[in-house]
Amino acid sequence: MVQADFEALWRSPDATVNLIAVRASFQYVKQVDMSNLAATYGVLTKDFRSEVRTRYAFNALLMFVVTAVTIILFALQEENPNPEVLSGMFWVVVFFSGMSGLSRTFVSEEERGTTLTLQLLTRSSVVYFGKLIFNILLSIILSVSITMLYVVAFPGFIVQSVSVFVISLLLGSVGLAAATTIIAAIIAKANTKGTLYPVLSFPILLPLLMTVMKATSIALAGGGIGEALEQFQIMVSYILVMVAGSYLLFDFVWND
Amino acid sequence: MSNMKIIVRDLSKVFNGRSVFRGVGLELSTGDSLAITGPNGSGKTTLMKILAGVLSPTSGKVEFWRDGKLFKAEEMRGSIGYVGPYVQMYDEFTALENLQFLNAIRDLRKDSKVFGDLLKRVGLYHRRDDLVRGFSSGMKQRLKYAVALSSNPEILFLDEPTSNLDDSGIEMVREVIRDQKNHGILLVATNDAAEAKWCRRILKLSGEVPTPR
Repeated sequence: MVQADFEALWRSPDATVNLIAVRASFQYVKQVDMSNLAATYGVLTKDFRSEVRTRYAFNALLMFVVTAVTIILFALQEENPNPEVLSGMFWVVVFFSGMSGLSRTFVSEEERGTTLTLQLLTRSSVVYFGKLIFNILLSIILSVSITMLYVVAFPGFIVQSVSVFVISLLLGSVGLAAATTIIAAIIAKANTKGTLYPVLSFPILLPLLMTVMKATSIALAGGGIGEALEQFQIMVSYILVMVAGSYLLFDFVWND
Repeated sequence: MSNMKIIVRDLSKVFNGRSVFRGVGLELSTGDSLAITGPNGSGKTTLMKILAGVLSPTSGKVEFWRDGKLFKAEEMRGSIGYVGPYVQMYDEFTALENLQFLNAIRDLRKDSKVFGDLLKRVGLYHRRDDLVRGFSSGMKQRLKYAVALSSNPEILFLDEPTSNLDDSGIEMVREVIRDQKNHGILLVATNDAAEAKWCRRILKLSGEVPTPR
Protein backbone atom coordinates (compact mmCIF):
# COMPACT_ATOMS: atom_id res chain seq x y z
CA MET A 1 0.00 0.00 0.00
CA VAL A 2 1.10 3.56 -0.68
CA GLN A 3 0.03 6.87 0.86
CA ALA A 4 -2.76 7.35 -1.71
CA ASP A 5 -4.36 4.01 -0.67
CA PHE A 6 -4.48 5.06 2.99
CA GLU A 7 -5.97 8.42 2.08
CA ALA A 8 -8.74 6.71 0.08
CA LEU A 9 -9.55 4.38 3.01
CA TRP A 10 -9.58 7.26 5.52
CA ARG A 11 -11.93 9.32 3.34
CA SER A 12 -14.50 6.52 3.09
CA PRO A 13 -17.81 7.27 4.87
CA ASP A 14 -18.01 3.62 5.95
CA ALA A 15 -16.78 3.22 9.57
CA THR A 16 -15.66 -0.39 8.92
CA VAL A 17 -13.44 0.80 6.08
CA ASN A 18 -12.02 3.47 8.42
CA LEU A 19 -11.21 0.75 10.95
CA ILE A 20 -9.45 -1.22 8.23
CA ALA A 21 -7.47 1.96 7.48
CA VAL A 22 -6.41 2.25 11.13
CA ARG A 23 -5.19 -1.35 11.19
CA ALA A 24 -3.44 -1.07 7.82
CA SER A 25 -1.79 2.19 8.89
CA PHE A 26 -0.38 0.58 12.05
CA GLN A 27 0.95 -2.37 10.04
CA TYR A 28 2.47 -0.04 7.44
CA VAL A 29 4.13 2.18 10.07
CA LYS A 30 5.49 -0.93 11.83
CA GLN A 31 6.88 -2.29 8.56
CA VAL A 32 8.46 1.05 7.58
CA ASP A 33 9.86 1.54 11.10
CA MET A 34 11.48 -1.92 11.15
CA SER A 35 12.95 -1.31 7.71
CA ASN A 36 14.24 2.13 8.75
CA LEU A 37 15.62 0.68 11.98
CA ALA A 38 17.60 -1.97 10.10
CA ALA A 39 18.87 0.63 7.61
CA THR A 40 19.82 2.98 10.49
CA TYR A 41 21.78 0.13 12.05
CA GLY A 42 23.44 -0.29 8.62
CA VAL A 43 24.59 3.36 8.63
CA LEU A 44 25.84 3.01 12.22
CA THR A 45 27.77 -0.19 11.44
CA LYS A 46 29.32 1.38 8.34
CA ASP A 47 30.43 4.46 10.31
CA PHE A 48 31.80 2.34 13.14
CA ARG A 49 33.80 0.09 10.79
CA SER A 50 34.98 3.13 8.85
CA GLU A 51 36.15 4.77 12.10
CA VAL A 52 37.97 1.61 13.16
CA ARG A 53 39.79 1.56 9.79
CA THR A 54 40.57 5.28 9.41
CA ARG A 55 40.41 6.62 13.01
CA TYR A 56 39.48 10.01 11.54
CA ALA A 57 37.54 11.23 14.58
CA PHE A 58 39.04 9.09 17.33
CA ASN A 59 42.64 10.29 16.81
CA ALA A 60 41.55 13.94 16.69
CA LEU A 61 39.54 13.54 19.90
CA LEU A 62 42.26 11.65 21.75
CA MET A 63 45.01 14.12 20.87
CA PHE A 64 42.87 17.07 21.92
CA VAL A 65 41.87 15.49 25.23
CA VAL A 66 45.45 14.65 26.20
CA THR A 67 46.75 18.09 25.15
CA ALA A 68 43.97 20.03 26.90
CA VAL A 69 44.21 18.10 30.17
CA THR A 70 48.01 18.44 30.17
CA ILE A 71 47.83 22.21 29.64
CA ILE A 72 45.28 22.60 32.47
CA LEU A 73 47.52 20.47 34.69
CA PHE A 74 50.52 22.74 34.04
CA ALA A 75 48.43 25.90 34.42
CA LEU A 76 47.03 24.89 37.81
CA GLN A 77 50.32 23.58 39.25
CA GLU A 78 49.81 23.45 43.04
CA GLU A 79 46.41 25.18 42.96
CA ASN A 80 43.45 23.26 44.35
CA PRO A 81 40.34 24.59 42.56
CA ASN A 82 36.82 24.21 43.98
CA PRO A 83 34.17 21.84 42.46
CA GLU A 84 32.54 24.63 40.38
CA VAL A 85 35.84 25.49 38.70
CA LEU A 86 36.75 21.82 38.15
CA SER A 87 33.38 20.95 36.64
CA GLY A 88 33.55 24.05 34.44
CA MET A 89 37.00 23.08 33.15
CA PHE A 90 35.83 19.50 32.67
CA TRP A 91 33.04 20.53 30.28
CA VAL A 92 35.27 23.08 28.53
CA VAL A 93 37.57 20.17 27.63
CA VAL A 94 34.58 18.04 26.54
CA PHE A 95 33.21 20.91 24.40
CA PHE A 96 36.45 21.70 22.58
CA SER A 97 37.34 18.01 22.16
CA GLY A 98 33.91 17.47 20.64
CA MET A 99 34.53 20.37 18.28
CA SER A 100 37.67 18.66 17.02
CA GLY A 101 36.08 15.29 16.26
CA LEU A 102 32.30 15.17 16.17
CA SER A 103 31.97 16.94 12.82
CA ARG A 104 33.96 14.20 11.08
CA THR A 105 30.90 12.01 10.63
CA PHE A 106 29.51 14.34 7.94
CA VAL A 107 32.68 16.15 6.88
CA SER A 108 34.40 12.86 5.95
CA GLU A 109 31.43 11.87 3.74
CA GLU A 110 31.64 15.23 1.96
CA GLU A 111 35.43 15.05 1.56
CA ARG A 112 35.30 11.50 0.16
CA GLY A 113 32.42 12.40 -2.15
CA THR A 114 30.20 9.68 -0.68
CA THR A 115 27.36 12.06 0.25
CA LEU A 116 25.67 11.48 -3.12
CA THR A 117 26.06 7.72 -2.66
CA LEU A 118 24.15 7.88 0.64
CA GLN A 119 21.56 10.26 -0.80
CA LEU A 120 20.88 7.82 -3.62
CA LEU A 121 20.67 4.75 -1.43
CA THR A 122 18.58 5.69 1.57
CA ARG A 123 16.16 8.09 3.26
CA SER A 124 17.53 11.22 4.93
CA SER A 125 16.05 10.22 8.31
CA VAL A 126 18.01 6.93 8.20
CA VAL A 127 21.26 8.84 7.66
CA TYR A 128 20.43 11.34 10.41
CA PHE A 129 19.65 8.77 13.09
CA GLY A 130 22.59 6.53 12.08
CA LYS A 131 24.99 9.48 12.40
CA LEU A 132 23.31 10.72 15.61
CA ILE A 133 23.70 7.36 17.36
CA PHE A 134 27.33 7.16 16.19
CA ASN A 135 28.03 10.64 17.60
CA ILE A 136 26.27 9.78 20.89
CA LEU A 137 28.52 6.73 21.30
CA LEU A 138 31.58 8.81 20.42
CA SER A 139 30.57 11.55 22.90
CA ILE A 140 30.07 9.01 25.69
CA ILE A 141 33.49 7.46 24.99
CA LEU A 142 34.94 10.99 24.96
CA SER A 143 33.35 11.99 28.29
CA VAL A 144 34.32 8.73 30.00
CA SER A 145 37.94 9.09 28.75
CA ILE A 146 38.14 12.67 30.03
CA THR A 147 36.69 11.58 33.39
CA MET A 148 39.35 8.88 33.77
CA LEU A 149 42.12 11.33 32.88
CA TYR A 150 40.70 13.93 35.26
CA VAL A 151 40.53 11.48 38.16
CA VAL A 152 44.20 10.58 37.60
CA ALA A 153 45.44 14.12 36.90
CA PHE A 154 43.49 16.15 39.48
CA PRO A 155 43.41 14.84 43.05
CA GLY A 156 40.70 17.42 43.87
CA PHE A 157 38.34 15.90 41.30
CA ILE A 158 36.49 13.60 43.68
CA VAL A 159 32.99 12.57 42.69
CA GLN A 160 30.93 12.57 45.89
CA SER A 161 27.64 11.60 44.25
CA VAL A 162 28.33 8.95 41.60
CA SER A 163 24.70 8.61 40.42
CA VAL A 164 24.31 12.37 39.80
CA PHE A 165 27.67 12.45 38.02
CA VAL A 166 26.84 9.46 35.76
CA ILE A 167 23.43 10.89 34.79
CA SER A 168 25.01 14.30 34.13
CA LEU A 169 27.72 12.70 32.02
CA LEU A 170 25.23 10.67 29.96
CA LEU A 171 22.73 13.49 29.43
CA GLY A 172 25.55 15.95 28.69
CA SER A 173 27.07 13.58 26.11
CA VAL A 174 23.73 12.89 24.41
CA GLY A 175 22.93 16.63 24.36
CA LEU A 176 26.35 17.43 22.92
CA ALA A 177 25.86 14.84 20.17
CA ALA A 178 22.28 15.97 19.45
CA ALA A 179 23.39 19.56 18.87
CA THR A 180 26.67 18.89 17.07
CA THR A 181 25.27 16.30 14.64
CA ILE A 182 22.92 18.71 12.87
CA ILE A 183 25.54 21.48 12.95
CA ALA A 184 28.06 19.06 11.40
CA ALA A 185 25.58 18.32 8.61
CA ILE A 186 25.17 22.06 7.98
CA ILE A 187 28.87 22.98 7.99
CA ALA A 188 29.96 19.91 5.96
CA LYS A 189 28.91 21.70 2.76
CA ALA A 190 30.70 24.97 3.70
CA ASN A 191 34.23 25.95 2.68
CA THR A 192 35.30 27.11 6.14
CA LYS A 193 34.29 24.01 8.08
CA GLY A 194 36.87 24.24 10.89
CA THR A 195 36.00 27.83 11.81
CA LEU A 196 32.25 27.55 11.43
CA TYR A 197 31.78 24.47 13.59
CA PRO A 198 32.67 25.90 17.05
CA VAL A 199 31.25 29.32 16.13
CA LEU A 200 27.85 27.85 15.27
CA SER A 201 27.92 25.27 18.05
CA PHE A 202 28.76 27.58 20.96
CA PRO A 203 25.48 29.58 21.14
CA ILE A 204 23.42 26.42 20.59
CA LEU A 205 25.34 24.47 23.23
CA LEU A 206 25.45 27.29 25.79
CA PRO A 207 22.20 26.34 27.64
CA LEU A 208 23.33 22.70 27.79
CA LEU A 209 26.83 23.57 29.01
CA MET A 210 25.55 25.88 31.76
CA THR A 211 23.12 23.21 32.97
CA VAL A 212 25.51 20.28 32.82
CA MET A 213 28.25 22.28 34.60
CA LYS A 214 25.82 23.02 37.42
CA ALA A 215 24.78 19.34 37.64
CA THR A 216 28.43 18.20 37.67
CA SER A 217 29.34 20.63 40.45
CA ILE A 218 26.39 19.27 42.47
CA ALA A 219 27.82 15.75 41.93
CA LEU A 220 31.30 16.88 43.03
CA ALA A 221 29.87 18.62 46.13
CA GLY A 222 27.94 15.48 47.12
CA GLY A 223 24.38 16.68 46.36
CA GLY A 224 21.60 14.14 45.76
CA ILE A 225 19.48 13.45 42.68
CA GLY A 226 16.68 15.63 44.07
CA GLU A 227 19.04 18.60 44.14
CA ALA A 228 20.06 18.06 40.51
CA LEU A 229 16.56 17.15 39.26
CA GLU A 230 15.89 20.57 37.76
CA GLN A 231 19.14 20.36 35.76
CA PHE A 232 18.24 16.88 34.49
CA GLN A 233 14.79 18.08 33.39
CA ILE A 234 16.36 20.96 31.46
CA MET A 235 18.85 18.59 29.79
CA VAL A 236 16.16 16.06 28.81
CA SER A 237 14.04 18.90 27.35
CA TYR A 238 17.07 20.24 25.50
CA ILE A 239 17.78 16.81 23.98
CA LEU A 240 14.15 16.31 22.90
CA VAL A 241 13.96 19.76 21.31
CA MET A 242 17.30 19.34 19.53
CA VAL A 243 16.50 15.86 18.15
CA ALA A 244 12.97 16.80 17.05
CA GLY A 245 14.15 20.06 15.47
CA SER A 246 17.08 18.36 13.75
CA TYR A 247 14.86 15.58 12.41
CA LEU A 248 12.52 18.14 10.84
CA LEU A 249 15.38 20.26 9.49
CA PHE A 250 17.68 17.50 8.28
CA ASP A 251 15.85 16.78 5.03
CA PHE A 252 16.50 20.38 3.87
CA VAL A 253 20.13 20.27 4.99
CA TRP A 254 20.89 16.87 3.47
CA ASN A 255 19.21 17.22 0.08
CA ASP A 256 20.46 19.94 -2.29
CA MET B 1 7.09 -7.92 -13.60
CA SER B 2 5.57 -4.63 -12.37
CA ASN B 3 4.76 -1.85 -14.79
CA MET B 4 6.87 1.18 -13.91
CA LYS B 5 6.35 4.65 -15.31
CA ILE B 6 8.19 7.96 -14.88
CA ILE B 7 6.30 11.10 -15.85
CA VAL B 8 8.25 14.35 -16.01
CA ARG B 9 6.22 17.55 -16.23
CA ASP B 10 7.63 20.90 -17.34
CA LEU B 11 10.91 20.53 -15.46
CA SER B 12 13.34 23.42 -15.16
CA LYS B 13 16.48 24.12 -13.15
CA VAL B 14 18.17 27.43 -12.39
CA PHE B 15 21.66 27.52 -10.87
CA ASN B 16 22.94 30.88 -9.55
CA GLY B 17 20.51 32.78 -11.73
CA ARG B 18 21.44 30.81 -14.87
CA SER B 19 18.81 28.64 -16.46
CA VAL B 20 20.33 25.19 -17.05
CA PHE B 21 17.28 23.79 -18.85
CA ARG B 22 13.58 24.46 -18.94
CA GLY B 23 10.40 22.85 -20.14
CA VAL B 24 11.59 19.24 -19.98
CA GLY B 25 8.64 16.89 -20.24
CA LEU B 26 8.75 13.18 -20.95
CA GLU B 27 7.17 9.87 -20.12
CA LEU B 28 9.03 6.59 -19.77
CA SER B 29 7.60 3.12 -19.15
CA THR B 30 9.10 -0.29 -18.43
CA GLY B 31 11.15 -1.33 -21.45
CA ASP B 32 11.88 2.29 -22.44
CA SER B 33 15.39 3.65 -22.79
CA LEU B 34 16.37 7.29 -23.08
CA ALA B 35 19.74 8.85 -23.91
CA ILE B 36 20.28 12.38 -22.63
CA THR B 37 22.85 14.18 -24.75
CA GLY B 38 24.15 17.71 -25.06
CA PRO B 39 27.31 19.78 -24.74
CA ASN B 40 29.20 20.26 -21.46
CA GLY B 41 27.16 22.31 -19.00
CA SER B 42 23.86 21.62 -20.72
CA GLY B 43 22.54 19.94 -17.56
CA LYS B 44 22.70 16.21 -18.33
CA THR B 45 23.94 15.21 -14.86
CA THR B 46 21.65 17.77 -13.19
CA LEU B 47 18.64 16.29 -14.98
CA MET B 48 19.72 12.75 -14.04
CA LYS B 49 20.05 13.77 -10.36
CA ILE B 50 16.62 15.42 -10.40
CA LEU B 51 15.07 12.33 -11.99
CA ALA B 52 16.80 10.13 -9.38
CA GLY B 53 15.30 12.29 -6.61
CA VAL B 54 18.49 13.66 -5.06
CA LEU B 55 18.19 17.19 -6.41
CA SER B 56 15.11 19.43 -6.41
CA PRO B 57 13.99 21.07 -9.63
CA THR B 58 13.35 24.83 -9.68
CA SER B 59 9.92 24.11 -11.15
CA GLY B 60 8.02 21.16 -12.55
CA LYS B 61 7.76 17.68 -11.08
CA VAL B 62 8.78 14.07 -11.47
CA GLU B 63 6.20 11.35 -10.79
CA PHE B 64 6.90 7.66 -10.24
CA TRP B 65 4.02 5.28 -11.00
CA ARG B 66 4.06 1.54 -10.35
CA ASP B 67 1.07 -0.54 -11.40
CA GLY B 68 -1.09 2.58 -11.47
CA LYS B 69 -0.02 3.80 -8.02
CA LEU B 70 1.87 7.01 -7.37
CA PHE B 71 5.08 6.78 -5.31
CA LYS B 72 7.25 9.47 -3.72
CA ALA B 73 10.88 9.73 -4.89
CA GLU B 74 12.00 8.65 -1.38
CA GLU B 75 9.94 5.47 -1.66
CA MET B 76 11.76 4.62 -4.89
CA ARG B 77 15.26 4.52 -3.33
CA GLY B 78 15.38 0.72 -3.34
CA SER B 79 14.26 0.55 -6.97
CA ILE B 80 16.85 2.92 -8.42
CA GLY B 81 20.37 2.11 -9.55
CA TYR B 82 22.75 4.97 -10.36
CA VAL B 83 26.22 4.89 -11.88
CA GLY B 84 27.98 8.21 -12.34
CA PRO B 85 31.26 10.06 -11.89
CA TYR B 86 30.05 11.78 -8.69
CA VAL B 87 29.01 8.55 -6.99
CA GLN B 88 31.94 7.39 -4.86
CA MET B 89 32.65 4.15 -3.04
CA TYR B 90 34.33 3.86 0.40
CA ASP B 91 38.09 3.60 -0.11
CA GLU B 92 38.70 2.10 3.33
CA PHE B 93 36.48 -0.92 2.60
CA THR B 94 37.00 -3.86 0.27
CA ALA B 95 34.84 -4.34 -2.82
CA LEU B 96 32.77 -6.98 -0.99
CA GLU B 97 32.40 -4.82 2.15
CA ASN B 98 31.22 -1.89 0.02
CA LEU B 99 28.50 -4.10 -1.41
CA GLN B 100 27.55 -5.44 2.03
CA PHE B 101 27.45 -2.06 3.79
CA LEU B 102 25.73 -0.16 1.00
CA ASN B 103 23.04 -2.82 0.80
CA ALA B 104 22.62 -2.89 4.59
CA ILE B 105 21.98 0.87 4.43
CA ARG B 106 19.10 0.09 2.06
CA ASP B 107 17.96 -2.77 4.32
CA LEU B 108 18.64 -5.17 1.45
CA ARG B 109 20.42 -8.03 3.18
CA LYS B 110 21.72 -10.66 0.81
CA ASP B 111 24.02 -13.60 1.28
CA SER B 112 27.61 -13.41 0.11
CA LYS B 113 26.89 -15.71 -2.86
CA VAL B 114 24.66 -13.00 -4.41
CA PHE B 115 27.41 -10.43 -3.92
CA GLY B 116 29.96 -12.90 -5.29
CA ASP B 117 27.84 -13.38 -8.43
CA LEU B 118 27.54 -9.61 -8.85
CA LEU B 119 31.29 -9.14 -8.53
CA LYS B 120 31.82 -11.92 -11.08
CA ARG B 121 29.43 -10.15 -13.44
CA VAL B 122 31.42 -6.91 -13.27
CA GLY B 123 34.78 -8.71 -13.34
CA LEU B 124 35.93 -7.89 -9.81
CA TYR B 125 35.50 -11.24 -8.07
CA HIS B 126 39.25 -11.92 -7.94
CA ARG B 127 39.77 -8.56 -6.18
CA ARG B 128 36.76 -8.82 -3.82
CA ASP B 129 38.84 -8.72 -0.64
CA ASP B 130 41.12 -5.86 -1.73
CA LEU B 131 40.65 -2.35 -0.39
CA VAL B 132 39.03 -0.02 -2.93
CA ARG B 133 41.85 2.44 -2.13
CA GLY B 134 44.10 0.34 -4.36
CA PHE B 135 41.64 0.12 -7.27
CA SER B 136 42.14 1.81 -10.62
CA SER B 137 39.45 4.24 -11.83
CA GLY B 138 38.12 1.54 -14.18
CA MET B 139 37.79 -0.96 -11.34
CA LYS B 140 36.00 1.63 -9.22
CA GLN B 141 33.61 2.18 -12.13
CA ARG B 142 32.95 -1.57 -12.25
CA LEU B 143 32.23 -1.58 -8.51
CA LYS B 144 29.70 1.23 -9.00
CA TYR B 145 27.90 -1.07 -11.45
CA ALA B 146 27.88 -3.88 -8.88
CA VAL B 147 26.33 -1.58 -6.24
CA ALA B 148 23.79 -0.16 -8.70
CA LEU B 149 22.73 -3.61 -9.89
CA SER B 150 22.59 -5.18 -6.43
CA SER B 151 18.99 -4.01 -5.87
CA ASN B 152 17.91 -5.35 -9.29
CA PRO B 153 16.75 -1.80 -10.11
CA GLU B 154 13.57 -1.01 -11.98
CA ILE B 155 15.12 2.29 -13.07
CA LEU B 156 18.80 2.42 -13.99
CA PHE B 157 20.63 5.73 -14.45
CA LEU B 158 23.98 5.62 -16.23
CA ASP B 159 25.93 8.89 -16.36
CA GLU B 160 28.93 8.55 -18.70
CA PRO B 161 28.48 4.76 -18.63
CA THR B 162 31.77 3.68 -20.17
CA SER B 163 34.14 6.24 -18.68
CA ASN B 164 37.46 4.67 -17.57
CA LEU B 165 36.41 1.22 -18.77
CA ASP B 166 38.45 -1.08 -21.01
CA ASP B 167 37.01 -3.20 -23.84
CA SER B 168 35.77 -5.98 -21.56
CA GLY B 169 34.23 -3.34 -19.26
CA ILE B 170 32.40 -1.74 -22.19
CA GLU B 171 31.09 -5.17 -23.21
CA MET B 172 29.87 -5.66 -19.61
CA VAL B 173 28.03 -2.31 -19.82
CA ARG B 174 26.39 -3.33 -23.12
CA GLU B 175 25.19 -6.53 -21.47
CA VAL B 176 23.82 -4.58 -18.47
CA ILE B 177 22.00 -2.24 -20.85
CA ARG B 178 20.50 -5.13 -22.86
CA ASP B 179 19.30 -6.73 -19.66
CA GLN B 180 17.86 -3.49 -18.25
CA LYS B 181 15.95 -2.76 -21.45
CA ASN B 182 14.23 -6.12 -21.02
CA HIS B 183 12.95 -5.58 -17.51
CA GLY B 184 13.06 -1.89 -16.56
CA ILE B 185 13.68 1.72 -17.52
CA LEU B 186 17.10 2.89 -18.67
CA LEU B 187 18.42 6.46 -18.74
CA VAL B 188 21.87 7.21 -20.13
CA ALA B 189 23.64 10.60 -20.04
CA THR B 190 26.41 10.74 -22.59
CA ASN B 191 28.28 12.83 -25.12
CA ASP B 192 29.17 9.78 -27.20
CA ALA B 193 26.93 9.37 -30.25
CA ALA B 194 27.57 5.60 -30.32
CA GLU B 195 26.43 5.22 -26.69
CA ALA B 196 23.34 7.33 -27.37
CA LYS B 197 22.35 4.83 -30.07
CA TRP B 198 22.05 2.11 -27.42
CA CYS B 199 18.79 3.81 -26.36
CA ARG B 200 15.49 3.90 -28.20
CA ARG B 201 14.89 7.63 -27.60
CA ILE B 202 17.19 10.63 -27.38
CA LEU B 203 16.70 13.85 -25.43
CA LYS B 204 19.04 16.58 -26.57
CA LEU B 205 19.77 19.35 -24.08
CA SER B 206 21.19 22.47 -25.65
CA GLY B 207 20.21 25.29 -23.36
CA GLU B 208 17.09 25.83 -25.43
CA VAL B 209 13.71 24.25 -24.79
CA PRO B 210 14.48 20.52 -25.24
CA THR B 211 12.17 18.11 -26.97
CA PRO B 212 12.51 14.32 -26.85
CA ARG B 213 12.21 12.45 -30.12
